[in-house]
Amino acid sequence: MEYVHSDNGKHDAPDTPLEYQSETGRLNILGFWVFLGAEIALFATLFASYLVLVGRYADGPTPGELFEVKGVLIETFLLLTSSFTCGLAIHEMRRNSLKGLIVWLGITLLLGLGFLGFEIYEFVHYIHEGASLTTSAYWSGFFVLVGTHGAHVTMGIAWMILIIIQLVQRGLTKQTTRKVFVASLYWHFLDVVWIFIFTAVYLYGMVMHHG
Amino acid sequence: MKWDEFFVTGDPFIYAADASIVFTSIGIVFVLTYYKKWKWLWSEWLTTVDHKKIGIMYIIAAVLMLFRGGVDALLMRAQITAPGSEILKSQHYNEIFTTHGTIMIIFMAMPFLIGLINFAVPLQIGARDVAYPYLNAVSFWTFFFGAMLFNISFVIGGSPSAGWTSYVPLAGEELSPGPGQNYYLLGLQIAGIGTLLTGINFLVTILKMRAPGMSIIRMPMFTWSTLITMILIIFAFPVLTVALALMTFDRLFGSHFLTLADGGLPMLWLNLFWIWGHPEVYIVILPAFGIFSEIISTFARKTLFGYKAMVWSMVSIAGLSFIVWVHHFFTMGANAVVNSFFSITTMAIAIPTGVKIFNWLFTLYKGRIKITSAMLWSLAFIPNFTIGGVTGVMLAMAAADYQYHNTYFLVSHFHYVLISGTVFACFAGLYFWYPKMFGHRLNERIGKWSFWLFMIGFNVCFFPMYFLGLDGMPRRIYTYEWADGWFDLNVVATIGAIGMAIGFVLLIYNIYWSFRYAERETTGDPWDGRTLEWSTHTPVPFYNFAIIPEVSGLDAYSRMKRDPAQEKKKEYKPIHMPNYSGKPIFMSVAFFISGFGLVFEWWWMAILGLIGVLAMLLLRSFDYDDGYYVPVDEVERIEKSYE
Repeated sequence: MEYVHSDNGKHDAPDTPLEYQSETGRLNILGFWVFLGAEIALFATLFASYLVLVGRYADGPTPGELFEVKGVLIETFLLLTSSFTCGLAIHEMRRNSLKGLIVWLGITLLLGLGFLGFEIYEFVHYIHEGASLTTSAYWSGFFVLVGTHGAHVTMGIAWMILIIIQLVQRGLTKQTTRKVFVASLYWHFLDVVWIFIFTAVYLYGMVMHHG
Repeated sequence: MKWDEFFVTGDPFIYAADASIVFTSIGIVFVLTYYKKWKWLWSEWLTTVDHKKIGIMYIIAAVLMLFRGGVDALLMRAQITAPGSEILKSQHYNEIFTTHGTIMIIFMAMPFLIGLINFAVPLQIGARDVAYPYLNAVSFWTFFFGAMLFNISFVIGGSPSAGWTSYVPLAGEELSPGPGQNYYLLGLQIAGIGTLLTGINFLVTILKMRAPGMSIIRMPMFTWSTLITMILIIFAFPVLTVALALMTFDRLFGSHFLTLADGGLPMLWLNLFWIWGHPEVYIVILPAFGIFSEIISTFARKTLFGYKAMVWSMVSIAGLSFIVWVHHFFTMGANAVVNSFFSITTMAIAIPTGVKIFNWLFTLYKGRIKITSAMLWSLAFIPNFTIGGVTGVMLAMAAADYQYHNTYFLVSHFHYVLISGTVFACFAGLYFWYPKMFGHRLNERIGKWSFWLFMIGFNVCFFPMYFLGLDGMPRRIYTYEWADGWFDLNVVATIGAIGMAIGFVLLIYNIYWSFRYAERETTGDPWDGRTLEWSTHTPVPFYNFAIIPEVSGLDAYSRMKRDPAQEKKKEYKPIHMPNYSGKPIFMSVAFFISGFGLVFEWWWMAILGLIGVLAMLLLRSFDYDDGYYVPVDEVERIEKSYE
């Protein structure tokens, strides 16, 4: 997504943040917002599918039996904090501090990895307790909804690693800052989705369906 | 799996298809090698990111798919003409109506329109390309390889046979075992990636890359219809993505979303499918409305009547399209309140559509109408589409729908809207923009023969089906009895289908004839066009416009022609253009390999393909190719060559 070729006389905008200065940058950032719109439609469909399958446990366990507050809270704190550190990374980028940017991105990455580790541990635990993708419609819905979010986090981590390498290679340019900014949008979006998962899956599963 | 299970065997039609595929492939390879065209093919077409070439490739692929889907249709007509005929076995018939529907909607109608959009919209808004040319190539190639994956099913592994709607439990693992249904799921999934990217690409292109002076209410109507269609794509396609994924998980990994056992919910598929599926039919009709608007206005030689009403009616159609999906299954047992709600929303769509019909009629009123092939298709659209629309309102009445449901009445209805809406628009658009694409017009005489044969054939084919439906003939049956009394009208319908086939063949012949003999186009403006695409040279230079035009109002090019003083000679500037890239096609091949592996549950192959996709994404991430500048003297040289 590197190209500009409309000659509309609105080329460079020097007074804006670096990632917005080129027309390519502006186009790509807008395009990514639109993509997030499509992602909202995707997750909304997954949530709807999950919610209509609540209560369809067949012979498998219920979420009230398996969900534990502790693990979910740790995951939540790790991911929410990573969103905050991601914001700090953008703040450092705007202050033109390459080092600060890379440090905070690195911390964001580690928090994301931590989240992922706990999530994988949680999944393995459920499977040991007899709740897997094939157990019942409910657990199919659970694993695909939460798993899709987890797969997005995994992609986000891989993406951020690539961007950090490019930052080391190239420093802060119109292109690298754009990439960082777009990745940060993605990361915050995953955070928002998690808040809905926390509410609609875990809180609802523990409180509404306890016992 | 043994080889005789891998290849579809035992049917003479399939052996004929095998032979024709092999001979066609050998023929293509021979011609390319003999004329030393491989390099040209690769460097000019397969790696292109130019929206015009991508548009043309979309259209070529769509015409091929129209042929394939049309052959399916003729085979069905052949089987169903007389009671008790045994041309096709029931399983083969089921496969053919499934692939016919899927191919015509997903791999013909959409790509044909997206091809015309690709070609015309950037030119209409005075842009040099789309916002993301590279992604545009990814869109095309994922569509193309998704379509190829779906199409090879009929010679390798067997085709899906659960209908293009693929209702569970019929489409589930138990009742449709084997690769057939997997082809449907993976083929659509891969092509769907491309469609979503097209949605994002053109939305941003239209919002951000319009020529100076072209405010949003000065956009040509085709551009408007594209903008609204892209919004529909962005919100509808993710629903299909999820629906396909859920069924894929059920079939490949044993989950229970849609199964009858262990709490699965088959109705979940129906709801998700049609939450995508209804917007989908507007995705293929709104651009058609846009094309007709351009053509009717051009050949009536008048500004489009009721511009703002046209826009608002499309906006309301788009909004309503998301809240009508239950009308596809009124008989599935929802209660009266639910059915009433969806019945009313469905009927409401007739209001904005009616507004549009009247606007087209008023555009014609007192126009100096010029009858060309493009105009004939557009004029024929109005009454034929209205018949489809009125029968749609009949179907929308939930109580009455119990009578029409699942009969040929419905089959006729949706062919009336999709053929006289979408297919007529594709043909009209092809005739209209053809000179801009290829530098010569299509022959009018052959074009008119083709039109009349196809249009009359269409009515002869589908009008009797309303009565077959009212007589109780169900859709998707592969045979019936003499006592049913459906023979006569089926014979009439088959005669009509032959008329359509001849019309199509004439269209292809017209392309050949005009390529050989038609007068070459030099003016760039063969129809006295009204919008910016006619203001540039023919054939269009790769940068579209040497100087970006300035727009002072609606019908921008008409204004320029009326007031040539505005056209001041401006200085050329260097033009920034993107480089071509082979990555999109490689990535799509990797998608194809991965999809093929998943179809046969060969995990090693699926993973290998996926690694290929990720590798291409990684390479792309490190690719800082920023395009290049066309220097001023080069621009001058190219511009001079047109004088």
